[in-house]
Amino acid sequence: MAATAPLSLLVLLLLGPGVWGQTEPPRDSLREELVITPLPSGDVAATFQFRTRWDSELQREEGTDHSFLRYAVLPREVVCTENLTPWKKLLPCSSKAGLSVLLKADRLFHTSYHSQAVHIRPVCRDARCASISWELRQTLSVVFDAFVTGQGKQDWSLFRMFSRTLTEPCPLASESRVYVDVTNYSQDNETLEVYPPPLTTYQDVVLGTRKTYAVYDLLDTAVINNSRSLNLQLKWKRPPGNEAPPTPFLYAQRYVSGYGLHNGELSTLLYNTHPYRAFPVLLLDTVPWYLRLYVHTLTITSKGKENKPSYIHYQPAQDRMQPHLLEMLIQLPASSVTKVSIQFERALLKWTEYTPDPNHGFYVSPSVLSALVPSEVAAQPVDWEESPLFNTLFPASDSSSYFVRLYTEPLLVSLPTPDFSMPYNVICLTCTVVAVCYGSFYNLLTRTFQIEEPSKGGLARRLANLIRRARGVPPL
Amino acid sequence: MGLLSDPVRRRALARLVLRLNAPLCVLSYVAGIAWFLALAFPPLTQRTYMSENAMGSTMVEEQFAGGERARSFARDFAAHRRKSGALPVAWLEWTMRSVGLEVYTQSFSRKLPFPDETHERYMVSGINVYGILRAPRAASTESLVLTVPCGPESPNSQAVGLMLALAAHFRGQIYWAKDIIFLVTEHDLLGSEAWLEAYHDVNVTGMQSSPLQGRAGAIQAAVALELSSDVVTSLDVAVEGLNGQLPNLDLLNLFQTFCQKGGLLCTLQGKPQDWTSADGPLQGVQTLLLMALQQASGHPHGAHGLFLRYRVEALTLRGVNSFRQYKYDLVAVGKALEGMFRKLNHLLERLHQSFFFYLLPALSRFVSIGLYMPAAGFLLLVLGLKISSASRCPFVASLSHALELWVQLHEAGVGPEEAGGTPGSSPPLPATQRVGLASLVAPLLISQAVGLALYVLPVLGQHVAAQHFPVAEAEAVVLTLLAVYAAGLALPHSTHWVLSTQAPDRSWMALKLVALIYLALQLACITLTNFSLGFLLAATMVPGAALTKPSGPRYVLVSPHHKACRDVPPTSGASAPRHRLPLTRHSSSPTRAPLDLASPRRPLRAALLVLTSPAAALLGGLFLWQRLQEAPLSLAEGWRLFLAVLAQGVLAHHTYGALLFPLLALGLFPCWLLFWNVLFWKR
Repeated sequence: MAATAPLSLLVLLLLGPGVWGQTEPPRDSLREELVITPLPSGDVAATFQFRTRWDSELQREEGTDHSFLRYAVLPREVVCTENLTPWKKLLPCSSKAGLSVLLKADRLFHTSYHSQAVHIRPVCRDARCASISWELRQTLSVVFDAFVTGQGKQDWSLFRMFSRTLTEPCPLASESRVYVDVTNYSQDNETLEVYPPPLTTYQDVVLGTRKTYAVYDLLDTAVINNSRSLNLQLKWKRPPGNEAPPTPFLYAQRYVSGYGLHNGELSTLLYNTHPYRAFPVLLLDTVPWYLRLYVHTLTITSKGKENKPSYIHYQPAQDRMQPHLLEMLIQLPASSVTKVSIQFERALLKWTEYTPDPNHGFYVSPSVLSALVPSEVAAQPVDWEESPLFNTLFPASDSSSYFVRLYTEPLLVSLPTPDFSMPYNVICLTCTVVAVCYGSFYNLLTRTFQIEEPSKGGLARRLANLIRRARGVPPL
Repeated sequence: MGLLSDPVRRRALARLVLRLNAPLCVLSYVAGIAWFLALAFPPLTQRTYMSENAMGSTMVEEQFAGGERARSFARDFAAHRRKSGALPVAWLEWTMRSVGLEVYTQSFSRKLPFPDETHERYMVSGINVYGILRAPRAASTESLVLTVPCGPESPNSQAVGLMLALAAHFRGQIYWAKDIIFLVTEHDLLGSEAWLEAYHDVNVTGMQSSPLQGRAGAIQAAVALELSSDVVTSLDVAVEGLNGQLPNLDLLNLFQTFCQKGGLLCTLQGKPQDWTSADGPLQGVQTLLLMALQQASGHPHGAHGLFLRYRVEALTLRGVNSFRQYKYDLVAVGKALEGMFRKLNHLLERLHQSFFFYLLPALSRFVSIGLYMPAAGFLLLVLGLKISSASRCPFVASLSHALELWVQLHEAGVGPEEAGGTPGSSPPLPATQRVGLASLVAPLLISQAVGLALYVLPVLGQHVAAQHFPVAEAEAVVLTLLAVYAAGLALPHSTHWVLSTQAPDRSWMALKLVALIYLALQLACITLTNFSLGFLLAATMVPGAALTKPSGPRYVLVSPHHKACRDVPPTSGASAPRHRLPLTRHSSSPTRAPLDLASPRRPLRAALLVLTSPAAALLGGLFLWQRLQEAPLSLAEGWRLFLAVLAQGVLAHHTYGALLFPLLALGLFPCWLLFWNVLFWKR
C-alpha cells in the first residue's frame, strides 16, 4: 500500500475494480481512518474506524440458518473507561502510534456522546466466494460538546479535542487517513476554515446528502513532515447561530405513558418528515416478560387514522424464559407522526427476582428501526473497495434511498416493589396474627362444652358456711 | 379470645361498655384532641434525618456564581413580558437555546367549567416552554425537573432569571447523569397540569394540549421555584400536594441540609423555625395546625403538588422578601438549588427510603405515621363505642335482628319462598322490626340523592340559573351549592312525606346505627389516605354524630314498646344473653323522655348538628387558618372568602382532580343528612 500512497485518490477512483483486484493489499493489514464532522450545532463529531482482515480456512456455507440468529440487548450498560481499555488492546498498534494515539480516555469521556463497537464478520475473498477472510472492524464515535469542552468557543483543533496531535501512522497500517467534513467550506468558503489546507478532497453521498471531505493521508510524508506533527484545526468564520438543528427525515421517540404501578402503555412515535415520500420501516421491539403486553391493545395511528402494518411477527413471552418479540413492517406516510402504542400490565416479581436496586426501575430495551430512507441526492455508483470505510457503515442500496438503523432510547419502568427493609417485621406480624386467630379458633372448635351447675361458691362462701355450721344456722 | 367462647365475660364487657358509654366517649374524644396537640412536643416529634444513602454522605461543592446573569435574565424577561402581555415564548425559546438547551414548546387550552372569579379566567389557553439539558453519554432514561410557574398574579421573573442562569451553569458541567428539564409554565397550575398530562400521555382532566416533542425518561424529582424579588429574606418551603399527598421526607431533608449549609433562613408555613427558643413547641403547634389545614384542603400548595400524582417527589421553594434585616441575593438561592440538584443527580433509585406520611411541626422535626394515627384512632373510637352500644341495645338492633331472623330461617330449613311469603311460620316477631329495614331505605336514598344533586347540579345548572336570575355563572354555582345544601336540611320532612304514616318509632336507632357505621367507615378511609382531612372531619363531625337522637314532641310510646321488645323470644343460644341485658342509658332515656316533651334541647341539638356539618367545618377551618396566619377575618370577610373557597373547591375538582368536593358532596354530606334525619325523626 505504501507504493500506491503517492497516487491521489482521484486516480484511484478512475481505476476500475478489475485493476484494483491486481493490486490487492496483503491480508492481515490494518486500515485506519478518522472522520471529523463539524455539526450544525457547533459540536464536533469524531468517528474512528479500524479494520483488520485475516485469512481463515472456514468454508462459506450457502445461506444462513435463521434458527441460529440471536439478538440480545443490555439496556442498562453504560460505556466507560473499562470498556475502552480492552477495546484498545485489540488494535495492532494499541495506542502507541497512528490514529489511536488520540484515544485518551479522559478526553473521550469528556464528550456528550460516546459509541463504541466491535464488528466481526466473514468476508468473501474473491468473486466466487470460495474462501473467506475474517474482518474485525472497530468503531468509536464521540461528539465533542462545544459548550462543555470548548468553553463556549466553537473552533476546534485536534489538540484541543484529544490533547494530542498526530505524528506518525501506525507502521502496520496499509492506510491511515483523516477526513474532515468541509461541505459548507467548499460551498461558500465563508463559514468554515480548515488548517492545514487539504491536499486532496473527496466527495461522496452520506446519509442521502452530498458531502465533501478534506483528506489527510498520514502515509503521505508531505502531510506530517512540515511541522513534525499534524494538528488539524477548524475555524468557524461565521459561527453558527443557535437555531434548532435541521431535522432528519426519520427519527423516533419512545416513552412510557400513564402513571401508577398497575398499568401502562409503551408508545413509540415514528416521525417521517419527508415532504412527499412515504416509506416503510421495520420496527423490532423486545419487551421483558415482566411487562405483560396486551396485544389486542396494539394500535398504530398515523395522521389520526389507523395504520395497518403489512407484516406482524409476534412471539409471546414466557415467564422467566424469554421476552416478548414484536416485529412490524409499517408504512410511514409523508410528513407524518405515527404512534405505535401497546398497553401492558406490570407483573409482580418473586422477591428474589428483584435487582439490588429495585426502586431504580427496570429497563426496557430500545426498539430498533430499520428503514430505507429516501435521499434527495441521486447517488453515483459507488466502488466499494475504493471508497472510504464509512461508506460501508451507511451503505446506500439504491440511488434514491439509503439504509438507516435507528435505536430509540431505552425505557425505565418501575414495577410494584415491596419494602425490602420490612420482611422481618412482616414475618413477625403475620405470624402473630395467624397464631392469635388460629389459636383462638382452634380452641373454640376443639373445646367441649358442658353445662355446669352453678358452683357452690368461692372460698368466702365456704368459710361463711363453716361459721354458720358452727353457729348451727342453715348454710347459704 | 375468651370473649368468643365465654358468654359471661362477653356479657360483662358489653355491660361495661354500655354503662360507661358516655364517659368513655368523652374521654376518648378528649384524648384524641389532646394527642393531636401533643404531637408538636418532643416525645412525639423526632429530629429529621437523611435516610437516602446516595444523598446523605456525598459531598458537593456549589460553584454557582451567576447572580448578575440571573438578574439580567430576569430584567429581560420582565421587560418582554410587559411588552407582550403574556409569556414571552419566543424570547424564552431563544434564550434557552442560547444557553445550550434543547427547547420545546407546548400549547394548551382549557375551558373551565365556570368562570374563575378569583383568578379572572374562563377560557384559558397558554404555552409552556421547556428546555432539556441532556446528560452527556446517558440514554435519557431519568430526569429532574426545575419548574417555574408563571401566572398573571405571580410574574416570577426572578425565578425565571435564576432558572436560566442555573441552566447556563449546569450546561457547562459534565457530571450530570440525569437529564434536567427546565420548565416555564403559563397560568401556573393549569400549565403545569397540562404539561404533566402531556408528558405522561394521559388525559385526566379534559385538558386540550399539543403533544410533547421532547421527553427525558422517568422524572425522579422536581423542584418548583417562586421568586419575585432580587433579594430574599427567607425561603419558604411547601410540601403539601394535591389531595394531601406529600413528597418523600428525604427531599425536604435535602432542602434543609442546604439551608443550613448556606446559612439561609428557611421557613415552613411562613413561620421561622426557632425550635430552641422557649416557645418553640408552641410555634410548632401553630405550624402543625397550619400544615394540617393545608393538607386537609387537598389543594396543591404550589406547582409541585401536581407532580406528586405522577409519583414524582416534588416541593416548592418560595422566596419571601419581608422586613427582616438580613437579605440574601440570588446567588445564595442558586447555590442551594445547585446543591440540591447535584445531590439528586447522585440518586441511584427513586426517593423511597424515608417517610411518605408525616406531619411537620417544624422544618427539622417530624411526626411519623405511627405516632399521629392514634389521635384519629381515639376520635374514631367514639363512633365505635356508639356503634357497639347501639347495636347491642336489645330494643333496637333491627340489623342484628334481621341477621338473626336470617339465621333462624336457615336453621329451620325453610325454603326461600316460604321465608319471603309467610313469615308466620317463623317465630312470631314484632311487626315493627320487619318494617324497620324498609324504613331505612327512603332516608338513605334521599340523602344520597341530595348529595348527588349537590355534586352535579351547580355546574350543570349554572347556565339555567344565570339565565333566570341576575347572577353571573360563578355566583350561580356557589349559590346553587348553598341552595342544594340548605334544601338538604328539609330532608326529614320529605322523608316523612314519602314514608307511610306507620313508620316504626324505633327505626331511628337503626338509621343512626347505619349512619354511624357509614360515617366511621368513611372517616377511617379518609384518615388512611389524608390524615389531616380525616382528623379534622372527625374532630368536627364526631360530637354531633354521637349526640344526635330524636327529641321530638311525641315521645310517649315508651312502655308498649318496652314490652314488645321484652316479648321477643330468645331466638338462639348465642343471642339470648344479649336480650337479657339490663336496661342501659339508651333504653332508659325513653322512660325519661316524657319529661323532655317540650324541652328546648331540640333546637340546641339542631344547632350543634348544624355547627358540625361539613360546610360549617369548612368555614371554621377558614377562620382558624386566617387566625394562625395572623390575619384574622371579620365575619363579612370570612363569608366572602367562604364563597370564594367554595367556587375554588369545585374548580379544583374539575381542573386538577382534587377529591375534597366529591368527598364532601357524595360521602360526608349525605351521611350528615342521615344524622339530621335522626334528629327530626317523628315518632
